[in-house]
Amino acid sequence: MKKYVIKRILSVIPVLFVVSIIVFSLTHLTPGSPASVILGEDATQAEIEALEEEMGLNKPLPVQYVNWIIGVLHGDLGTSVVGSKPVTEMIAGYFTPTISLTILSVFFAVLIALPLGMLAARKRGTAVDAAVSGISLAGISVPGFLVGLLLMLLVCVKLKLLPVSGYKPLKMGFWKHIRCLLLPAISLGFMHSALMMRMTKASMLEVLNSDYIRMAKSKGVKEFFLVAKHAFKNTLVAVITVIGQSVIGILSGAAVIETMFGIPGMGFLMVNSIGRRDYEVIQGIVLLIAIINVGISLVIDLIYGLIDPRIRLS
Amino acid sequence: MEKMENGQVSLDGKELEEIRKKLIKEQRETKIRKFLKNKLSVTGLVLVVLMVLIALLAPVLAGYEPNEMIVKDRLMAPCKEHPFGTDSMGRDVFTSVVYGARVSLLVGCVVSVVSAIVGMVIGLYASYNKALDNILMRICDAMKAIPNILLAICLMASLGASLRNVLISLTVVCTPGIARVARSAALVVREQTYIEAMDALGAKPNRILWRHVAPNILSPVIVQLTFNFATAILAEASLSFLGAGVPPSVPSWGSILNEGMANIYTAWWMIIFPGIFTALTVLGLNLLGDGLRDFLDPLTN
Repeated sequence: MKKYVIKRILSVIPVLFVVSIIVFSLTHLTPGSPASVILGEDATQAEIEALEEEMGLNKPLPVQYVNWIIGVLHGDLGTSVVGSKPVTEMIAGYFTPTISLTILSVFFAVLIALPLGMLAARKRGTAVDAAVSGISLAGISVPGFLVGLLLMLLVCVKLKLLPVSGYKPLKMGFWKHIRCLLLPAISLGFMHSALMMRMTKASMLEVLNSDYIRMAKSKGVKEFFLVAKHAFKNTLVAVITVIGQSVIGILSGAAVIETMFGIPGMGFLMVNSIGRRDYEVIQGIVLLIAIINVGISLVIDLIYGLIDPRIRLS
Repeated sequence: MEKMENGQVSLDGKELEEIRKKLIKEQRETKIRKFLKNKLSVTGLVLVVLMVLIALLAPVLAGYEPNEMIVKDRLMAPCKEHPFGTDSMGRDVFTSVVYGARVSLLVGCVVSVVSAIVGMVIGLYASYNKALDNILMRICDAMKAIPNILLAICLMASLGASLRNVLISLTVVCTPGIARVARSAALVVREQTYIEAMDALGAKPNRILWRHVAPNILSPVIVQLTFNFATAILAEASLSFLGAGVPPSVPSWGSILNEGMANIYTAWWMIIFPGIFTALTVLGLNLLGDGLRDFLDPLTN
């Protein structure tokens, strides 16, 4: 097990290295120098050159990369050219709403997907199964922001139950906090519950057809316990993977949803930074989310190794 | 056909070839019949064909020029002259939606086809050379570590908003996934005896890859292509919705939805109609993709 853990952790390093190169080059693809963007159109050539000198932009790209990556390894993501604050500080200020939204969305996705997926597997080939397939197909085909728009139209405009946008931090009360995240979380969660539903159904079907379930059934285990206790445990491995993937999907999908619902999270910050051409911030957020992403896959694989000895030995 | 003494029939090459062709044709016909029997895939096909027709016939269907502003008809609810209503600048929403279908399908088509070709080249060469494989797959892993939509937003931010840049960034986003699919399919094909035989006969690597491996990995690549088509349409809509996609002068479902959100209290029609078009197109492509998967590689089921 120790060998497996070390091997898996080491395999992350090359991926993160390439990620850092990609993220760095993404923001250096821009035609024109960031310095001229910051200074505006009336800047003289001399002013631009002076700022480039100050920001280290006149050095060759590999040197710039090395300087940047050394900073990143020390926890310094650079300075936002617009807010003139360290990027890490800026991201930290926008971090919690995204985390709240992600947790709530995953909660909704699991709440919809697991029971429906298991039900569809149990009632295979019936109208219930068809209905669940229909819901999951809709979830895959309707983008999250469209679900959000439709919910906004129905709940906020027609029924006037909730305000269209506005965010209240957790400090202002748990229910107030949840209330303002409700619609965004459902919009994000619905999309991801579709995939989760399919996976739960597929792995449940596989388990239900296995010998030990037939054995339990022949011994007279009650239907409910059969599904909830015996079969569920073995579908968990597959379900954990999908939940992990959904967390990643939701973290990135949050960019669109946060912007439309006016939630001051990382996605909101990133989309706003595009308009302001604040590349340091964009770079920092993308790098952070990629690292979280790689981290989640690592944790999933380690859990796998823990649950299933076949994986760590291969 | 000649009858031999022992009653067996000997066939010359031409006749054999004809019989083989007939068999293949019959096989194909049963497969097509099976595909057509699956109501969901046919629904998908019909939806996609319908959207393609709408896009092609846009100038005929639309009652107005794209971006034509009739200032006195601003924010009109659906009526006889404007079946889908008008937007805040007096543009006919039906016209925008119909022309938007062109943009969506163009993006889907170009992105899915180009990324499939590039992905196949990468996948094939990766399957052939171990060292190259390591490098290419690490790059693919790293690109997949950055979530699709964020990578697209990032690329659009540095390239600038235009239709051409949407095509470029979404192609970049879709390529690693299809390269992985092509690579794993190619690795399986390479283990087959007939490839070993070609190797032993001294065929050049390029000939083996393109003449013998490539045709046999087409099925999974085509299936993935259909799903990428849907992904690209969704991504374009999201980007344009965020204002990071095509410029406002190009009618696109995402930008109509964006404007619809700004007018959410007055103009529900600006959300419902482009929304229905987006959802139906993506639904159609997903159904078609599922059907094609059953049709092209029955083994995956």
